[in-house]
Amino acid sequence: MEEAVGLLTGSAGTAAILAGGSDLLVRMKGGFTEPDLIVDIKSIDGIGEIRQTAEGFSIGAAVPCAMLGENEALKRAWPGVVEAARLIGSKQVQGRCTIVGNLCNASPAADSVPALVAAGARASIVGPAGRRTIAVEAVPTAPGKTSLAKGEIIDAILLDERPARSADAYLRFIPRTEMDIAVVSAGVSLTLDTAGTITAARVALGAVAPTVLLVEEAARILVGSKADEATLQKLEEACSAASRPIDDKRGTVAFRKQVAGVMARRAATIAYTRAGDR
Amino acid sequence: MAGVAVSTTINGDNVEYLCQPDETLLDVLRDRLGLTGAKEGCGTGDCGACSIILDDRLVCSCLVLGAEAQGRRVETVEGMAHGDKLHPLQQKFLEHAALQCGICTPGFLIAAKDLLARNPDPSEEEIRFGLAGNLCRCTGYDKIVRAVQDAASVMKGA
Repeated sequence: MEEAVGLLTGSAGTAAILAGGSDLLVRMKGGFTEPDLIVDIKSIDGIGEIRQTAEGFSIGAAVPCAMLGENEALKRAWPGVVEAARLIGSKQVQGRCTIVGNLCNASPAADSVPALVAAGARASIVGPAGRRTIAVEAVPTAPGKTSLAKGEIIDAILLDERPARSADAYLRFIPRTEMDIAVVSAGVSLTLDTAGTITAARVALGAVAPTVLLVEEAARILVGSKADEATLQKLEEACSAASRPIDDKRGTVAFRKQVAGVMARRAATIAYTRAGDR
Repeated sequence: MAGVAVSTTINGDNVEYLCQPDETLLDVLRDRLGLTGAKEGCGTGDCGACSIILDDRLVCSCLVLGAEAQGRRVETVEGMAHGDKLHPLQQKFLEHAALQCGICTPGFLIAAKDLLARNPDPSEEEIRFGLAGNLCRCTGYDKIVRAVQDAASVMKGA
């Protein structure tokens, strides 16, 4: 790891980190980037592993998304994160792509990112100044841009242990049945008390702003409720209002604002049912 | 630019080659090693024609650098038949005429091999979903799905 950080820090030209390569090689092929240095991080000790720690889970930066779907403990604890990661690309892409890559590619439509933000995930960063840990939502700053400094590498995504009666869910809207880019997406994570009242919530929206949106107003609406119809209606309105999408070939502003509310409502309903089942 | 020396295993054989740092594994297979089974359809990981298995994971070889194969195991379509004896998937693709122009076929064969290794008895939906990363613009997929179903039943009986 020190060697990788040293190489990146010392590089004079364009440097790229290679994990799964499913974004980097496409950008190289298209002539969008021509790195002077490529640092393949996959041989760094432990970076290809999902570890269960005292605090929860540590998902290494080189773990392909296919592996998330094969980890029963992770699927049980964070079903929404896993279902989001498993929506990225085909089987072939799943064998390579990583959630850290998805985060650092900084696309507003990244599938795993709203789920990670809803989950309260943190990014563990190693760099020339040592190690730091930041919230996932603090990583992307604009389309294609991150807050990482020169020489910094995200080595893992950290997810907390789950309290009882907690669950998450992720949904996206695409015009086909699979392998497409989210037009709008929503991640919701909930914790319930024994009576089924929501005690903690996080709601994140994707593809409706330059970066992922953490909608705190939506979380406030959910907490204290049992996800009843009146609450879900208010949630839907809050998410539509919080969305600031653009018009493009995949969706209009009006469509995206409306569907953001619908996706959030449905993801909240799924998360609520899942949380009540445990 | 100096080449990168790579030592790897391809279809069970130890192979060594020199490649450029930015050269894809697909280009190495085709242009340096003469293994032209994997095809370049899109070059951006969308079509699956370059599918190979890398350390037991199905991947697009156009999205892997040649240098990344160092110390790993690569399986390509060339390794599926044993001498003159075709793999059951290859045999069933022939019998069901599950190909027309053939460009996508090596990728489908490798992807189907990976699918059946993980799930020996897939439903039609599981086959269609599992092969969604492989595009065919000739057959309409039905014959491919039937060939994979037939191969699965032959392989279960074997």
